[in-house]
Amino acid sequence: MSVGILGTKVGMTQFFDETGLSIPVTVIQVGPCVVTQIKSMSTDGYSAIQVGYKQVAEQKLSKPLLGHLKKSQSPPLKYLREYLIESTEGFEVSQVFSTDIFEVGQKVNVSSKSIGKGFSGYQKRHHFSRGPMSHGSKNHRQPGSIGAGTTPGRVYPGKNMAGQMGNKKVTIKNLQIVSINIENDLLMLKGAVPGKQGALVKVSK
Amino acid sequence: MKDNNIKLSLLMKSIERPLMKAELPEIKVGDTIRLGLLVKEGSKTREQLCEGVVLSRKKRKSLNNSLTLRCSFQGIGVERVFFLNSPRVTFAKVIRRAKVRRAKLYYLRNLLGKASRLKQIFD
Repeated sequence: MSVGILGTKVGMTQFFDETGLSIPVTVIQVGPCVVTQIKSMSTDGYSAIQVGYKQVAEQKLSKPLLGHLKKSQSPPLKYLREYLIESTEGFEVSQVFSTDIFEVGQKVNVSSKSIGKGFSGYQKRHHFSRGPMSHGSKNHRQPGSIGAGTTPGRVYPGKNMAGQMGNKKVTIKNLQIVSINIENDLLMLKGAVPGKQGALVKVSK
Repeated sequence: MKDNNIKLSLLMKSIERPLMKAELPEIKVGDTIRLGLLVKEGSKTREQLCEGVVLSRKKRKSLNNSLTLRCSFQGIGVERVFFLNSPRVTFAKVIRRAKVRRAKLYYLRNLLGKASRLKQIFD
């Protein structure tokens, strides 16, 4: 696995190509990300690259985190993520990643937290069908039967039920890079990306 | 290292603005407008005109700025949605302005002939 980059979702828009077709585009502001630590087999038991993103005011971070960042002489960074890697050759501490590791036309994978829908019921979460709303029916948004009786005497694991929907990590693979704006470190990807505007986004090759 | 702490909405505008057309006229709901459209026929492209009443405007300040145009084609009402910033829309011209009291004129769909006229504004 190669080292990815962290970013913020800016929003969606659409571009027009020469023939007039509209392309749905998600704008992501990526980086600059700093390598804050290189974990090696001998000292940590595994090799990985630790990447930091989003510079914030110093008082917004805890003292232990600031102490860790001080070792690599990096600025106060809000998010730290690790990328497991086979060999750490070619990487050095305080190396900066930006849009220059990507090129137009390349395909990337994007993962982020989806929009949270809270504790949602059967209809919204699993597309169950609803009971009749009138004619004396009291079965409106109930699940129906959740299994057989005495045999097996239990509910099978994985039965679709109500519960938390959204607000979990979702990865979208093979999104094409439509264009790159170096001035503001923006990536324009074709298609949608999970999460709201301002959400932390992980972009990897 | 760059800070990158520009407001997200301003960033979005900075991307969209250079792609938007500069010379679009102000089009309001109720206006009768004429649009030039590029139509591809085989290998040739020619310009076609489309005239009608604007029923709705959406996302006015964005790149995805669009309008719904209702025109009558051989006596049958036809509605089409156009993205004004699309390269296929060559020009837009306001022919007549009308005084309307709604943001969306979807009620015109149910009206025919004389009833579907709008009160004209003369500048």
